[in-house]
Amino acid sequence: MSDERTTPAGGTPEGTDPTTGTKPEAVSSPREDATSPTADRPTEGTKPTAEKADASAAVKPGEPAPAGTQRTSAAALEAGSQNLPAGPDPTTAPRTPLDIVDVRTGMFGVSGTGDTSGYGGLVRTVAMPGPSERPYGGWFDEVVDVLAEVLDESGTGYAAAVESVVVDRGELTLNIAREHLVEVAQALRDDPDLRFELSLGVSGVHFPHDAGRELHAVYHVVSVTHGRRLRLEVAVAEGDPHIPSTTAVYPANDWHERETWDFFGIVFDGHPGLARIEMPDDWPGHPQRKDYPLGGIPVEYKGATVPPPDQRRSYS
Amino acid sequence: MGIEEAPSGFLLTTVEDLVGYFRKASLWPVTFGLACCAIEMMAAGTSRYDISRLGMEVFRASPRQSDLMIVAGRVSQKMAPVVRQVYDQMAGPKWVLSMGVCASSGGMFNNYAIVQGVDHIVPVDIYLPGCPPRPEMLLHAILALHQQIQDEPLGVNRQEAARKAQEAAMAATPTSHMTGLLR
Repeated sequence: MSDERTTPAGGTPEGTDPTTGTKPEAVSSPREDATSPTADRPTEGTKPTAEKADASAAVKPGEPAPAGTQRTSAAALEAGSQNLPAGPDPTTAPRTPLDIVDVRTGMFGVSGTGDTSGYGGLVRTVAMPGPSERPYGGWFDEVVDVLAEVLDESGTGYAAAVESVVVDRGELTLNIAREHLVEVAQALRDDPDLRFELSLGVSGVHFPHDAGRELHAVYHVVSVTHGRRLRLEVAVAEGDPHIPSTTAVYPANDWHERETWDFFGIVFDGHPGLARIEMPDDWPGHPQRKDYPLGGIPVEYKGATVPPPDQRRSYS
Repeated sequence: MGIEEAPSGFLLTTVEDLVGYFRKASLWPVTFGLACCAIEMMAAGTSRYDISRLGMEVFRASPRQSDLMIVAGRVSQKMAPVVRQVYDQMAGPKWVLSMGVCASSGGMFNNYAIVQGVDHIVPVDIYLPGCPPRPEMLLHAILALHQQIQDEPLGVNRQEAARKAQEAAMAATPTSHMTGLLR
């Protein structure tokens, strides 16, 4: 009876013909085939879980590596000298080369005087993490892929807009060419798969020895929808400190760009009113640059004069 | 023609005592805090320290109704014109208390951004050291200022006192010449 049910309603009488005899076999043989893959099914079922186990074993972005994977190695010692985390085992994951921007020795103060503190031998490197290789891990690949798709569709081109992708300390940084910054920000804000709706502001950084890239503007953007955050970084030269304003995309960046102009002297072209915001309006210079003098006056005690901190006897 | 221009004589001394007694008893500070010292100043207004014992519980929100400006905290270069404007808006007689080491001399902020002592922009009547000073220290400074107000001369006596103070200051050895006294 069950075989009759399995036959199609418009079936030919041959289906009910017992002389064929092949019909039940044809029906039963799939069942046997169905039983034979049952041995494979658990393996198929375990495959995704095995992948999940691998994924969970892998270091998630934003989370530190498990304690068991950390070990002291030459690379870790090198990283320690550069104030960087040891990260995963260097034998399995090759470290990205660091771009050394500056090497500082000693501490603050006037150099060339007698060192009495013992800090004169202090050597610190200012190093930038180099561009990362795929896969970036986690959702980083997806975001970069979607951004590349959007930029390529618009004709700008991903390669022209994004200079490099850096994954460091579990955070994603996109180095953007300044002429395409506004378009990248627009794409990041508006694309449904990206949706970085919130900008946390504009920061400035000054690397006086990074020739041609002395001034950096750093934008932190957050996707409230997807729970993601990434960093955009634009580098310009000190001689040409112009970056297009992002206030059309993120209106909240208005005062942040004024602050970055005030402290670092980065000119945000297209800003509605780029005036100083922290320092007095007639202030000369941009105080947060590394070459800006600290100022201060000598302090007089009874017969003794203490120079201001940046002119005292050096600790280097 | 105010009370400050009263003629000299024994009557003036009596008037000085009376005026000083009344002036010190009701010294209203302006609501004016700049940094962490302002927290201690606010604490001095709470019931634990109770600045109202000295007739000072009303921190006036308008400088035109205030007699005392407590400069509580470091004065940045950008804030300096505001401090001066608040002082200028206060009606005389008025006094300035420089609270904390930052307002008095710049303190730890020996750099381009901070005025190295509020006496560069307003005349200071009493300096209060500390970083920040405790409310007890503020109360002590206020009591010392009260004594100063009580003893304040008027009229020709005031001019004479000012002239003597200036002569003494001109004759004094500058701090930078006091060698060998640093301990």
